[in-house]
Amino acid sequence: MNDDAIVMRDVVKQFGATVALAGLDFTVSTNRITGLLGPNGAGKTTAIEICAGLQQADSGETRVLGRDPWRRTADQRAEVGVMLQRGGVSAGASARQAIAHVARFYAQPWDVDDLIDRLSLGSLGRTTFRRMSGGEQQRVKLACALVGRPKLIMLDEPTAGLDPVVRHQVWELIRDVRDAGASVLLSTHAMAEAEELSDHLVIISAGRCVAEGTADELTSDPDGQTLRFRAAPHLDRLALLRALPAGFDLTEEPAGTYRLTGERIEPATMAAVTAWCAEHGVMASELTLQQRDLEQVFLEVTVQADGDHGDGSEPGTAPSGGEVVR
Amino acid sequence: MSSDLAPVGRAAPASAVIRSQASLEWRLLMNNGEQILLTLIIPVVLLLALSMTDFVSLGVSGRGAKLDLLVPSIMALAVMSSSFTALAIATGFDRRGEAIKFLGTTPLSRTGLLTAKIIAVLGVQVIQLGVIAALGILLGWIPNHDVLWSVPVIVLGTAAFAAWGFAMAGVLRAEATLALANAVYLLLLLGGGVIVPASRFPEPFSTVVSYLPSAALADGLRAAMGSGDVGVVLTSMAILVVWALVGGLVVHRTFRWTS
Repeated sequence: MNDDAIVMRDVVKQFGATVALAGLDFTVSTNRITGLLGPNGAGKTTAIEICAGLQQADSGETRVLGRDPWRRTADQRAEVGVMLQRGGVSAGASARQAIAHVARFYAQPWDVDDLIDRLSLGSLGRTTFRRMSGGEQQRVKLACALVGRPKLIMLDEPTAGLDPVVRHQVWELIRDVRDAGASVLLSTHAMAEAEELSDHLVIISAGRCVAEGTADELTSDPDGQTLRFRAAPHLDRLALLRALPAGFDLTEEPAGTYRLTGERIEPATMAAVTAWCAEHGVMASELTLQQRDLEQVFLEVTVQADGDHGDGSEPGTAPSGGEVVR
Repeated sequence: MSSDLAPVGRAAPASAVIRSQASLEWRLLMNNGEQILLTLIIPVVLLLALSMTDFVSLGVSGRGAKLDLLVPSIMALAVMSSSFTALAIATGFDRRGEAIKFLGTTPLSRTGLLTAKIIAVLGVQVIQLGVIAALGILLGWIPNHDVLWSVPVIVLGTAAFAAWGFAMAGVLRAEATLALANAVYLLLLLGGGVIVPASRFPEPFSTVVSYLPSAALADGLRAAMGSGDVGVVLTSMAILVVWALVGGLVVHRTFRWTS
C-alpha cells in the first residue's frame, strides 16, 4: 500500500472538447506541504476537484488517503478538508454560524472560538458572508476546511486577496497543521507563498506535470552556474572563451548582455573574464553570479510546455536563450 | 471541540450532520421573501378567492361542501409549492452559486442533504398548513375526526415532491430549473387533480391524473380531512411512496454537486 496522501497517475479529464487534464501525474507526501503551481487554465482546480470527489476523471488513477475519492463514505470524506476557490458558504450566514455549522459535521472538531481567533475573524460579528470583503470570505472558507481537523487539507488559492499581515497568519496556521501531522496540497499563483510554505512543488501546465521537486532543486540551474555581465555588443566570444578553462559556454542575448555558463564558476573564472576585458579595452559591468528564482523557472517550464506540446521533449527542461558558443 | 491541532477527521453521526444542515436550510428558507410569497401568500389568496367567489366552478354547492373541497386542496397546493417549486429553485441557485459544492466535500451525503431539505420544508409546512387551517376554520370549515391521517400523507407528499425537485435542480442549470419548476407547478395546479379532483376528469385522463403525485396528495388530504375514506388515504400514500422512492433513486444516481 502506498503511504502518499495523494497519488494521481496519468489522469485525463475533458469537458466537451476542452482537455483539462492530459495525463497528470503527481504525488502529495504524507505530512508535507505540496505546492501546486500552474498558469490559469493549467488544470489545478480540476485536479483538486477530482481529489475532493467532486469530479470524476475520464481515465487514470487517483488515490486519496489510499482510496478512490469518487467512492467515499462519510467518515472517509471527513478525513479530507477542502477550501474551494469559489463558493462554499451560504451567503446569509455569519462567520461563526458558517464555521459552527460545518463543525457539527465532525466528531471531534477544532474549537470554533480558537479558529475564529487564529484567523482574526472575531471582529466580523454578525456580518453575513455576502457582505464580507474578499479576504474575510477567504478566511471563513479556510476555517471551514480546517474545522474538522482533517488528515489531508486541499487549499485552492487560500491567500488570494489577503493583506500581508493576515497572509502571514494564514501561512503560520498552515505550517502548524502540517507540524501537527496533516498533509497539505496548496494551489497558488503566488511564487513567494509556494517557496515559503511548500516542502515540495509541482508545476503543471496544459493539464500535465512539467516540473517537480523542492524549491532548491527547481531553482538550481541544470546547466551549472551562470555568470551574467554587460559589455559592448558583439564581443569576440570565441577569443574570450579561449582565455578560460575548457567547459564553458558563452551566449549573447540580447546584444550586450552575456551569460557564461559552466559546471562551476570559480573566483578565478571571474578574474579571467575581467582580465580579458581589461586587456581588450572592454568595460564589463553588472557582473552577477545568477541564481534562478522560482518565478523564472515557472515561466520557463510553462512557456516551454505550451510551445512544445507533443514534441516529445522532457518535462521540466529549461529552454536555452540565444546562440550558444562552445 | 478541541484546540489540539492533531488530525482526527472523523464524521459526526449522520443524524447530527442532517440536523445541523436542516437547521441551516430552515433559516435560509424563512429568510427568502420570494419563497414565502410562493409558499404562503399564493395559497392563502387562492383559498380566499375560490371560497368567497364563484369565479371558478368547483362542481359543489354550499359553503360547507366548497370548503371541504378547497381547504385540503389548497393545503396540497401549499405542500407542492414549498416541497417542489421553492426547493427546486433554491437548490438550483445554490448549485450555481457553488454553495452546495463545498458540502459535497464534507460528511454530508446527497441523501443527507435531501433529508435535511425535507425536514426544513416540513418545518415551513407547519406554518403554511397552520395558517391555511386557521383561515379555513374562520371561513367555516369543519375538519372530520380522522384529520391525523393527513400527517403521513403530507410527509410522503413532501418526500415525493422534494425528491423530484431536488433531482431536477441537481442536473439542470439554475435558469432551466426555475422555468421548469414553475411550469410543472402551474400544470399540476391546473390539470394535476389538485383543486379539481382527478375523478371529475373524463377517461382516460382521470386514471392517468389519479396516479400523479399532485392528485394522490390532494385526494389523500381530502379523504383524511373530509370523507374519512381510509382506503383512499392508503392508496394515495402508496402512490406517493412510489414517487418518493423513484425520485430518491434518481437523486442518488444523477445529482451533481457542481454546476
